[in-house]
Amino acid sequence: SWSWDRTSWQTYATNLSAFPAAQSEHLQQKMSENGALPLRGKVLTLDTMNANVKKVDYAVRGPIVQRAVQIEKELKEGVKKPFEEVIKANIGDAHAMGQRPITFFRQVMALCTYPQLLDDNKFPEDAKNRARRILQSCGGNSIGAYTTSQGIDCVRHDVANYIQRRDGGIPSDPDNIYLTTGASDGIVTILKLLTTGEGRTRTGVMISIPQYPLYSASIAELGAVQINYYLNEEKCWSLDISELQRSLQAAREHCNPCVLCIINPGNPTGQVQSRQCIEDVIRFAAKENLFLMADEVYQDNVYAEGCAFHSFKKVLFEMGPEYSSKVELASFHSTSKCYMGECGFRGGYMEVMNMDPEVKAQLTKLVSVRLCPPAPGQALMDLVVNSPQPGEPSYQTFMKERTAVLSALAEKAKLTEEILNTVPGISCNPVQGAMYSFPRITLPERSINEAKAKGQAPDMFYCMKLLEETGICLVPGSGFGQREGTYHFRMTILPPTDKLKIMLNKLKEFHQKFTQQYS
Amino acid sequence: RVLPIFEYPGVTCGDALPRWRRSAPPILGFKNALLNPTSDMRFLTAEAKVSAGRLNGKMREKTLTMDTLNPQVKAVEYAVRGPIVIKAGEIEKYLEEGGTKPFSEVIKANIGDAHAMGQQPITFLRQVVALCTFPELMDSPSFPEDAKWRARRILQGCGGHSLGSYSASPGVECIRKDIAAYIEQRDEGVPSDWENIYLTTGASDGIMTILRLLVSGKDSSRTGVMIPIPQYPLYSAAISEMDAVQVNYYLDEDNCWALDINELYRAYQAAKLHCQPKVICIINPGNPTGQVQSKKCIEEVLHFAYEENLFVMSDEVYQDNVYTPDCQFHSFKKVLYEMGPEYFNSVELASFHSTSKGYTGECGFRGGYMEVINMDPEVKAQLVKLLSVRLCPPLAGQAAMDVIVNPPQPDEHSYKQFHQEKSSVLGALADKAKLTEQILNAVPGIKCNPVQGAMYAFPRIFIPPKAVEEAKALGMQPDMFYCLRLLEETGICVVPGSGFGQKDGTYHFRMTILPSIEKLKVLLGKVRDFHISFLKEYSALE
Repeated sequence: SWSWDRTSWQTYATNLSAFPAAQSEHLQQKMSENGALPLRGKVLTLDTMNANVKKVDYAVRGPIVQRAVQIEKELKEGVKKPFEEVIKANIGDAHAMGQRPITFFRQVMALCTYPQLLDDNKFPEDAKNRARRILQSCGGNSIGAYTTSQGIDCVRHDVANYIQRRDGGIPSDPDNIYLTTGASDGIVTILKLLTTGEGRTRTGVMISIPQYPLYSASIAELGAVQINYYLNEEKCWSLDISELQRSLQAAREHCNPCVLCIINPGNPTGQVQSRQCIEDVIRFAAKENLFLMADEVYQDNVYAEGCAFHSFKKVLFEMGPEYSSKVELASFHSTSKCYMGECGFRGGYMEVMNMDPEVKAQLTKLVSVRLCPPAPGQALMDLVVNSPQPGEPSYQTFMKERTAVLSALAEKAKLTEEILNTVPGISCNPVQGAMYSFPRITLPERSINEAKAKGQAPDMFYCMKLLEETGICLVPGSGFGQREGTYHFRMTILPPTDKLKIMLNKLKEFHQKFTQQYS
Repeated sequence: RVLPIFEYPGVTCGDALPRWRRSAPPILGFKNALLNPTSDMRFLTAEAKVSAGRLNGKMREKTLTMDTLNPQVKAVEYAVRGPIVIKAGEIEKYLEEGGTKPFSEVIKANIGDAHAMGQQPITFLRQVVALCTFPELMDSPSFPEDAKWRARRILQGCGGHSLGSYSASPGVECIRKDIAAYIEQRDEGVPSDWENIYLTTGASDGIMTILRLLVSGKDSSRTGVMIPIPQYPLYSAAISEMDAVQVNYYLDEDNCWALDINELYRAYQAAKLHCQPKVICIINPGNPTGQVQSKKCIEEVLHFAYEENLFVMSDEVYQDNVYTPDCQFHSFKKVLYEMGPEYFNSVELASFHSTSKGYTGECGFRGGYMEVINMDPEVKAQLVKLLSVRLCPPLAGQAAMDVIVNPPQPDEHSYKQFHQEKSSVLGALADKAKLTEQILNAVPGIKCNPVQGAMYAFPRIFIPPKAVEEAKALGMQPDMFYCLRLLEETGICVVPGSGFGQKDGTYHFRMTILPSIEKLKVLLGKVRDFHISFLKEYSALE
């Protein structure tokens, strides 16, 4: 049985390697019986290992995904299933879903990797110029050299210029930019700096519920205290300041809350925060002395009319110096989302503002231990912030590709919401931004009881059945957190439109069947 | 203006001075902070800071300050990119901006960064990665078939056949299989299971991950990690960050930095009194010390680990970098196998490799792998879970790793060129290893063990007592003082031995042997001249 706790990992492990384990145990018994050798147990076991690591949960690649991989293998081996392929709608992995890379980006990356291509007349001049510029900034003009730990100089300058343009001229200092190994790396690093204290003085980290489980996983691993504030599902997953206040007050009883994490546009919930709401959050953080972490990796993924992306930094500066010179803010971006979806390159950056200069020195020291983020990921980040401009040879193709991806996503966001809302027992907020839909599902009492009898979260039970019967792999809402007694799942809207339609219809059928079966 | 490093508050290395811990040095690259008058607040106590803030009309104190920062982060030190390297970067900028120094360029011999030192990439590796990056090149006649074939195979292992998709958290399956096949071949048939292979973001990532699993307990049950001294400071930094207990065992400098099994026992027994030693880390070939372990010595270590129930971590990233004819690389895994099944089926071993060293020197790709054997299956599941939080190692690095474990074969088109490039890099390194040892040993007051492998010389230097006194008066380790003078006077950036650890009262520095022969000769000549004038200045030499 697959459940959402530690046991599932154990089951997974035992299934995988039951044989060698048994074998070595047997061997050991035999050896000690003979008295030939001292009994040597394992050094590293579930009992002796780092307890914080055990507490880590990461639903997006959790047991359900492991099972999906297993089913894929079974299909390959010819096992008959009621479906032909597994559709992994569990993760925002655009290329895996068939999205094509942006040609210009890959051209520059190929040029950086194999500079002999700079003589090839098939590559446009603007691509060559960018590759030359990046390489000139690399040690020995090679992308194979370590970069400085904070990231390649010219890339950090380009990032700062990009932010400045994006935010209508608000200055950005390249010294505040740190390139990262995907946004996750930056988020974990900042949390690491912030985590301290014991017992009631232990650092508390405020995260939205539902949240992207990187946050809960990092908090568990660092041994910090997770503080939940609930998004308002009835109001399109918006953020209420009164709820922030409530959760902060409650947390102060048992820990020292000092960080507030915001994901905008939201993951898994897809809402786009209004400017007013951001302002309120900043005012709240200033009043309560909280360090702000703004996860803005979906900043180019805004679909709904009337919604616009507002960066926390821009709003902060528009609120005047009493805020902009004080509130500590780290914001995160990545090459993995938006229109490029280059997850595999592990590119990203963070901008830190108002960080104590001494702490910043500590941050630089800390990142230096890992030497540097991958240079190809840094190069790619550079292209995202320094894309072809009007007048350059690649501009038209680039814009065409970019627009095609973003408008298809907008269309799929709408389609997903519409189809799901036609299913009785499923209700779905508009997907204003990001890459996911997080519909609420009504589960019959009997299915809830059956799940509980199996020691599973009811939505895990639902998603497992969905996977076994249709090949669709989604992540249960319990992996992201949700209000008691409500159930959800997260699915990406990334599959191509025709595939997405098929998937949504299968989902519809399954849900109706499931509801009937347990009513 | 570039401040002389002595003016920076709190600049020290090693743990002689608690000042470094209390007040972080702006030397870590933030000139602005240094020149900003408000940063003078760092000299105040926490209380004073608050009131100073109020006086300036600030109601809001910073949330994250040196007082509220994670203390384990504060404890981390990483010499290879420490204060001296930051200073070198500042001098470089100063020269760029037209400043004058007694030299025209900074030579960064502080880090094993082959390409930065002018080493050319292996053509075949770059061809494959370029093909993976921009598959339109598959139609180009200027790329050889064997490169295209490998690129196609890698892409078939990627979601949507794109290097831009996430891979499975342990890495692309076909690459894991290639690695297992490579290990089996390297170890002459010792079986390797691809499910024991995990791709990593450089070897550092793998080492940190395994340590993270191992660190637990409180006080005297806290995990102790045995590391060689001198060591590569990733280990001490990771141990600080995780708040584990560092257990030092000293390598024998008089015996070519060999590992003495009695010293292991001594260190282990002493550590058992205050922590629970659970891991032994070995770096072979050695960094910074360049020794290559004998098979017998590896056997002794493994027997020791077996007896004392220690998890073995073998850092084998320099496995292709062996230069002395009478030395040979023996993998820990192979030796373990040859010791018989009672060892091979029980000792928990993680070994690490990387794309950054060897003959490829592809540091920027952050490619690497680890092989983990005899790990408790339940713990292995926890490992997979932990890796999954970071999603996956960079795909380009995984692809580069694949080329290293699956290079052109004799019957393939690219073999000749590949082989020629590989031997020319390794041949030059062997020459430079010898040259470095010879030139350094000709300098009075410098003594250098043979560089049997890896990429560094770690010579012992005599520092006259008067210089030691002067350094101490400045609140600085004597070899830090020495290296800073060397940097200021010659532009050569090397890392003081205190950043790696050394026996009390001995002084060393680490330098790479990576610069081109011509440059290396100039560099060594300058080091010699500097050393002699340094000895004269402090009147140890007439």
